[in-house]
Amino acid sequence: MFIGLLQLLKRYGVAVSITELLDLLAAVNKGLAGYSIESFYYLARTILVKDEGLFDRFDQAFYAYLQALDEVDISERIPNEWLSDPLVRQLGQLDEEVLKQYESLEQLLEQFKQRLEEQQERHQGGSKWIGTGGTSPFGAYGYHPGGIRLGQASNRQFSASKVLDKRQFADLDRDAPLQQRGFQVALRKLRAFARSGAATELDLDATIKATGKQGGLLDLQWRPERHNATNVLILFDVGGSMDSYIEQVEQLFSAASDEFKNLQTFYFHNCVYEAVWPSAARRGEVAIPTGDLVQRFGSDYKLIFVGDATMGPYEILYPGGSVEHWNEEPGAEWLNRLTHHFSKAVWLNPQPQQRWRYYPSINIIQELMQERMFPLTLNGIEQAIEKL
Amino acid sequence: MSFSSTDTYIVSNALQLAVDAAVALEKPLLLKGEPGTGKTRLAQELARSMDTELLHWSIKSTTKAQQGLYEYDAVSRLRDSQLGSDKVHDIANYIKPGKLWQAFTAKQRPVLLIDEVDKADIEFPNDLLHELDQMAFHVYETGETVTAQQRPIVIITSNNEKALPDAFLRRCFFHFIEFPDEQTLRQIIEVHYPNIQQQLVTEALDLFVQIRELPRLKKKPSTSELLDWLKLLLLDPPKPGQLREWMSDEQRQSLYGALLKHEEDFPQLRYLRQG
Repeated sequence: MFIGLLQLLKRYGVAVSITELLDLLAAVNKGLAGYSIESFYYLARTILVKDEGLFDRFDQAFYAYLQALDEVDISERIPNEWLSDPLVRQLGQLDEEVLKQYESLEQLLEQFKQRLEEQQERHQGGSKWIGTGGTSPFGAYGYHPGGIRLGQASNRQFSASKVLDKRQFADLDRDAPLQQRGFQVALRKLRAFARSGAATELDLDATIKATGKQGGLLDLQWRPERHNATNVLILFDVGGSMDSYIEQVEQLFSAASDEFKNLQTFYFHNCVYEAVWPSAARRGEVAIPTGDLVQRFGSDYKLIFVGDATMGPYEILYPGGSVEHWNEEPGAEWLNRLTHHFSKAVWLNPQPQQRWRYYPSINIIQELMQERMFPLTLNGIEQAIEKL
Repeated sequence: MSFSSTDTYIVSNALQLAVDAAVALEKPLLLKGEPGTGKTRLAQELARSMDTELLHWSIKSTTKAQQGLYEYDAVSRLRDSQLGSDKVHDIANYIKPGKLWQAFTAKQRPVLLIDEVDKADIEFPNDLLHELDQMAFHVYETGETVTAQQRPIVIITSNNEKALPDAFLRRCFFHFIEFPDEQTLRQIIEVHYPNIQQQLVTEALDLFVQIRELPRLKKKPSTSELLDWLKLLLLDPPKPGQLREWMSDEQRQSLYGALLKHEEDFPQLRYLRQG
């Protein structure tokens, strides 16, 4: 039983083990799902999915399982703004009777597709078109006992016979740009512990040994606690095209500063040249020669560049390429010097990865970084950390 | 037995089902969700509704899995040996049972809450795998094996600060507590403040929902913050229809402190829609 569901889940990227499937069977055997699809849906989700980031995929797989249809995704084709108005409607008994006429699911889907083709604009109220708050079987925030619910943010009566609600958990998907917490979770994987600081922890082994040496006279031994000893150096690109990613970068910054005691940050514009700035309000500050970074920080520091690497190729490759000043040596030279010293280095790019290939400068940096450029998403950071 | 909303706690259908499944199949239930959506409360209410004991094990960054089983107090044994106490001959005198041990030997099937499991070290959940699976563990010092009389109901909460290991997740049931919708919020307010004016609830919820939707909040206010805020409002209730003007009074700005916990979030209040 439910092998089909298991296979579909796998296809949608939700890994489910045999143990979990057996648990689900046991639960169904005990009558926990009752006889409703809704209960079964919740039960299956509770037992099979262990990460809210995968709920969206589970929903899609579950829908596909119920309908035994191939991967048709109708909600993708509907512009979101048709469904965005939170107008709530309660209907009387009489209306419900009228609406029950659309009984078969195939009939409903067929009509849905047909209307979608006919309809050209946003719609609200009324009983036919796809939109919000109406009694048509298609749309959001309305009421229809056998209807299709679309792109509606909060969970409602669940009376629609299927949930095509792509948006409900979509923002928790793992490839979505992350929240600070997500960054923190990702960055914690960089931790490496070492004992340092004041001796506050009882060292039992040493105490026993010392006590033995004293002929049984108690001699307590202490040792320092373990601390995170990872050293991180982050260079941020600021200004210009980076302004649109400021929020993401801020999140990374605050996550990193909570996570690492030994964190050094500096700023540059577009590409690193002979100097970097210690503060983001960079023009007012005294610049620090980039060569100093190499001297000041040991090669055990992990170097992370954060920047969109979107610029003219000459800004990287030629002397004098900088848009702000005359640089004697090309940015590529400085980048090489840094990555040569800090062998553990990655570049995090807030630009969506699918757009990278359209920018020659990104390709150049990617090459200079020896393919160690990753998107600034949860998955991207996880991949990057593996290289560090 | 089925767990359902009580007069002080509202559960959604999905959560109810998850709890029932975990109780029936004797699996730990892992709860996630925004802070303040009632994860810890669930365990308390469950213990209350089943009329049994709640063992609350709060996890800190320094907590070790071993501490949940038992601790061997070597220092006091060493001290006793210096003082020539007789206790020293039996090592069992220095074994202190942890929460898991207590749960295993409780007379009635207890609820064991492992609170904020993500606070501990990354290896922590892995160290508990065997104990939660077999519901038994070995005490090396005395050579005895502690086995659960009956499998306790285990509720585990996480704030998502760390990813939990797969092997651990496979053994748990999982529920993500979503932020409640307006109707559920009303029910929750109803059970906490039964005598509150409906007009005030409507206005407060309206403002609350707007504050939650403000862009770039560091911490969105959640259910527990809403309840705290309402408690403050009830001390000196505004006139019907005037909550906004009343809140915008200079002297009452501090009331927003019940909802927003970060200084950086306060400037965002200027984006609130008027009226």
